[in-house]
Amino acid sequence: MRLKGGTSLWVGGGLVGLAIAVAVTAPLIQLTDPVMDANLMNAEIPPGLEFPFGTDIQGRDIYSRVVHGARISLTVGIVSQVCNSLIGVTLGLTAGYWGGLWDDLVSGLTNLMLAIPSLVFALAIMAILGPGLVSLLIALGLTSWSYSCRIARAQVLSLKSQGYIQAARILGYGDLRIMFTQVLPNILGPLIVIATLGMGAAILAEASLSFLGLGIRPPYPSWGSMLSEARDQINTAPWLSVFPGLAIFFTVLGLNLLGDGLRDILDPQSQTRRA
Amino acid sequence: MLVVLARRLANVVPTLLAVIALVFLLFSVLPGSFISGMGDDGRTTIDPQVMERMRAEMGLDDPLPTRFGKYVTHLAVGDLGTSFRTREPVTKLIGARVWPSLKLVFAAMTFAICVGVTLGFFAALKPGSLVDTISMVAAISGLSLSQFWFGLMLMYLFALKLQWLPSFGYGDGGLSHIILPAVALGVGPMALLARTTRAAVLDVLNADFVRTARSKGMSERLVVKWHVLRNALVLVITIVGLQFGSLMGAAVVVEKLFSWPGVGSLMVDSVFQRDMPAVQGCILMIVVFFLAINTLVDIAYVVIDPRIRYQ
Repeated sequence: MRLKGGTSLWVGGGLVGLAIAVAVTAPLIQLTDPVMDANLMNAEIPPGLEFPFGTDIQGRDIYSRVVHGARISLTVGIVSQVCNSLIGVTLGLTAGYWGGLWDDLVSGLTNLMLAIPSLVFALAIMAILGPGLVSLLIALGLTSWSYSCRIARAQVLSLKSQGYIQAARILGYGDLRIMFTQVLPNILGPLIVIATLGMGAAILAEASLSFLGLGIRPPYPSWGSMLSEARDQINTAPWLSVFPGLAIFFTVLGLNLLGDGLRDILDPQSQTRRA
Repeated sequence: MLVVLARRLANVVPTLLAVIALVFLLFSVLPGSFISGMGDDGRTTIDPQVMERMRAEMGLDDPLPTRFGKYVTHLAVGDLGTSFRTREPVTKLIGARVWPSLKLVFAAMTFAICVGVTLGFFAALKPGSLVDTISMVAAISGLSLSQFWFGLMLMYLFALKLQWLPSFGYGDGGLSHIILPAVALGVGPMALLARTTRAAVLDVLNADFVRTARSKGMSERLVVKWHVLRNALVLVITIVGLQFGSLMGAAVVVEKLFSWPGVGSLMVDSVFQRDMPAVQGCILMIVVFFLAINTLVDIAYVVIDPRIRYQ
């Protein structure tokens, strides 16, 4: 399934590092303004020396747009995963630690979330909130916390009876203090792995929603919205579709490889149960 | 068997009710209705009196609990409401789309299982070999592809350049139209199945009962056939069941890309028309299907793995 040992960690880390570097330095490495510099004289020029990735039907430089798309994709990936992790970890930790009615409630909610395919759920939320970056962050940040919740809960259940947790309790630590200072650091590994893989999934979801016209709307250069515009010109200008698609592919590939690599380091038990 | 089925249904029914409540709340509490949306685009102006009348007709002014009560009673007799746009029953709209959707989802899953399980199986028999490396690179790449982009590339290559297959549409519902969307949709589950199968087969190959079978002189072919495949299948089936969920999510986008007349494309079109009863209906349809598949998976476990039956 995976590349051997540290290879996936390094290749994945490299790809993700590259994506982050591109996103951060986008205004410096762009050739033209990704939104404003339309020039019909330059419409649909194939990739070449002047325009490395070609131009679109309005004469905008695809390279500059792809570079800026990295900002949107990574923002969506990171922010939505931070939200999902916070929700999932808080619910999972408290449910596993306190048990009882609260646990039943959280478990029920988790099952409910798992019953609705997350892209369908996100689509419904986008339908209600309307397109835009903020709606996207809400839709993707609220709909896929069930995995981190389940993992946090399962881990707490197995840690609860450990000596150092008992000791903390005897020392008079409050429940929340025990959960967040004693339990959380010990279960961080698998949660980081889940968040890394989830980031890739969120980037794919953003691309899908923007492709449908429900995420980032043109003229803003999200990779998904670029593909949505490119679809109609697939026959005459295939490069419009190729480059944003490759950008999505390599970013998500990087995150998936990084997640796999981190899992080997942070979550040694998974060696046997890994799918 | 009946006990398993009953236990499973006892789980499914509350989940389904909760989904119905959630979907209803989501679409009722948040602002913006079909009618207020009609004036929003700035192109149409509606007489406020007409607007009032429409609101009353559609029952949009009733208090929330009343509306929820109505919604559930209607659901119970299979009435998903009336589409705001076409004024037709939503069940009729969806009914026409279910079969194409099912065909696409099952075709995609069939592709994913055939290719994914085969790749994973042969990769596991010779870990570290060239076959293994290629399968695993293919798997991690498949997991990282956005399915609609892959579909777009397939469309460009096989429909526009090579002209082997039709580029989009349902056609007469024949095989040639379904191949491209099914492959595009199936590539994600295919990749995951390849990884899962490999891990499961490797696990089983190291199990004690396989060592026993070998040490009593059973041929490798029989060991694989009788012990390894059967045991690895349990994990594979779990993944297949779970993957139906994400498959149906991705199907929404792939259907739209290939202009496939399924529930997913109906949902997207309805979203753009702010036809909320239709959107709600589509979501419920997808959830019901997903829950049904997972119930079937639970039953399949019992058939395949007697250990579960006796627990």
